[in-house]
Amino acid sequence: MGDAARAEMREIIARYPQPRSALLPMLHLVQAYEGYVTPAGIQMCAQELGLTEAEVSAVATFYTMYKRHPMGDYHVGVCTNTLCAIMGGDAIWSELTEQLGIGHDETTEDGKISLEHVECNAACDFAPVVMVNWEFMDNLTPQSARDLVEQLRAGTEVRSTRGPKVCTWREAARVLAGFPDGRAAEGAQAGPASLAGLVLAEEKGWQAPEGGAPAIEAAPRKDGT
Amino acid sequence: MTLTPVLSQRWHDTDSFTRQGYERHDGYKGLRAALQRQPADITALVKDAGLRGRGGAGFPTGLKWSFIPKDSPNPTYLVVNADESEPGTCKDIPLMLATPHLLVEGVIISAYAIGAEHAFIYVRGEVLHAVRRLQNAVAEAYESGYLGSDILNSGFDLDVVVHAGAGAYICGEETAMLDSLEGRRGQPRLRPPFPAVAGLYASPTVINNVETIASVPSIVARGVDWFRSMGSEKSPGFTLYSLSGHVARPGQYEAPLGITLRELLDLAGGVREGHELKFWTPGGSSTQLLTSAHLDVPLDYEGVAAVGSMLGTKALQIFDDTTCVVRAVLRWTEFYKHESCGKCTPCREGFWWLVQILDRLEQGEGTEADLDKLLDLSDNIAGRSFCALADGGVAPITSSVQYFRDEYLAHFEHGGCPFDPAESTLFAQSAGAST
Repeated sequence: MGDAARAEMREIIARYPQPRSALLPMLHLVQAYEGYVTPAGIQMCAQELGLTEAEVSAVATFYTMYKRHPMGDYHVGVCTNTLCAIMGGDAIWSELTEQLGIGHDETTEDGKISLEHVECNAACDFAPVVMVNWEFMDNLTPQSARDLVEQLRAGTEVRSTRGPKVCTWREAARVLAGFPDGRAAEGAQAGPASLAGLVLAEEKGWQAPEGGAPAIEAAPRKDGT
Repeated sequence: MTLTPVLSQRWHDTDSFTRQGYERHDGYKGLRAALQRQPADITALVKDAGLRGRGGAGFPTGLKWSFIPKDSPNPTYLVVNADESEPGTCKDIPLMLATPHLLVEGVIISAYAIGAEHAFIYVRGEVLHAVRRLQNAVAEAYESGYLGSDILNSGFDLDVVVHAGAGAYICGEETAMLDSLEGRRGQPRLRPPFPAVAGLYASPTVINNVETIASVPSIVARGVDWFRSMGSEKSPGFTLYSLSGHVARPGQYEAPLGITLRELLDLAGGVREGHELKFWTPGGSSTQLLTSAHLDVPLDYEGVAAVGSMLGTKALQIFDDTTCVVRAVLRWTEFYKHESCGKCTPCREGFWWLVQILDRLEQGEGTEADLDKLLDLSDNIAGRSFCALADGGVAPITSSVQYFRDEYLAHFEHGGCPFDPAESTLFAQSAGAST
């Protein structure tokens, strides 16, 4: 945590009406620099916000995305909430723990993969779902999940089913801190399940009722714009 | 009943998430129109349309806006709840991935209506690409003069911050979200005061769900009568129904409020081949389970309430006859135990005990007395905590015992779970062939 990190923390603070609101993105930034929430990162947050280190730690330990030990390059989160678990998430979890020889919230010795079972990630229509550094990997099976992890370990390029090329854990944390990586346009606009209803409506010629008088007419402005 | 894509109408365009892609289909026209009128007119319009909150509770949106005091010395804030985390719920994330500008336009119109010059989109942190798309849409909106100072020469100023959460289901609860946005542990607040009076920074604040805010531009552009031509008198309009689980074509189905599960299943190709519907959630795991006896219940706020559940987030999780209801309920209860913020004792301690009892029951080591204990504990958790997490968490327990008591008992008789979990998976060998 050096001058660059401190300058970026001040940039985050400037976005908010009150400084303390910047704390969550600042902790994401700590993970971008350090890989996890380190004592040095906590100290810098506390200094910049005029809080005690205990106050910052109290916040950092409340949220599951903030980690308290070094993380692998790729965080693999297997959804084992009810729906994904039943659709195959439990089988995927068993497969990956056996393959990697690690359990929940543990990292492989080569520092590549951190494994975690995660709660519902809002992609139930693509179940079972695995997240890699918080990108969607949809409709996986134990075998495809195994292949995915092999590719990550081998350093092969991996693309999210609906999103871009998977970035590293630290790069992802930087975006979450509010520093865009310029890759918003990568990946699809929508996955097949998201479009299921729309495709059917188009096939059948269904649409919402036509028109309706505009509630408010857009009159030309006096200044002509 | 047929589908009525409004929010999802543009999702097919490969550039739907760009400003150009959005403007090609009249994007930001609603905003231009809205800025010609008085803010109070916009609130009146949303009130007359009867738009109700799409985040679960169904509170009338225009009424919520009208609670903002006119004489507060403090600034007013708008906070968009994009912390979609309710198990089964998967509508806001695809909306933000495909059409983030629809949300941004809704934010600007809504902020104008309530007099907010600062708005926050609180998006859960675990959806990186949705965060990217939102950041990009907000940046594009600034470049185009839709955000910033003197928006489209109207004299109205608005700044929007995309704020990524950090993994806590409870932050979807509106007062916990405010504490989190203030840089604190996300724990619910006692009400009153309500956020409309003392919300973010103890200032007047409106908190609305993504889908609610995204519904505003079309109401402004197409009118009250048009909106009310869909849905029912008390539950007007269109909404996203999310089908997941054991259904042939899971996904997002946008329809008028009041469509039934029978109709939706028909559109989605039915329950997967060779199997029958066993139980389902109408609106996420915090709503009481329903069964095949409820296929014809109108899926609107009143219809689902009439059968003892809630419309919630319209997250229809479909489970077929291969699914063990005890396993499903145990897993949800583990979730509530994990996500309880710890503030209220009945919730913090109660779910801890419930998990142990359910675990014992699933392993076939329980007794009938355990079932009574489950219900007794549930009764002592619901309504005895600050927020609705507690009430929602016991909903699957009480409803599953109500509808599937025999299945709990079968676990004792069988000495364990009588189901094979492999048969429930998406990759189970041709489900139809086994019957």
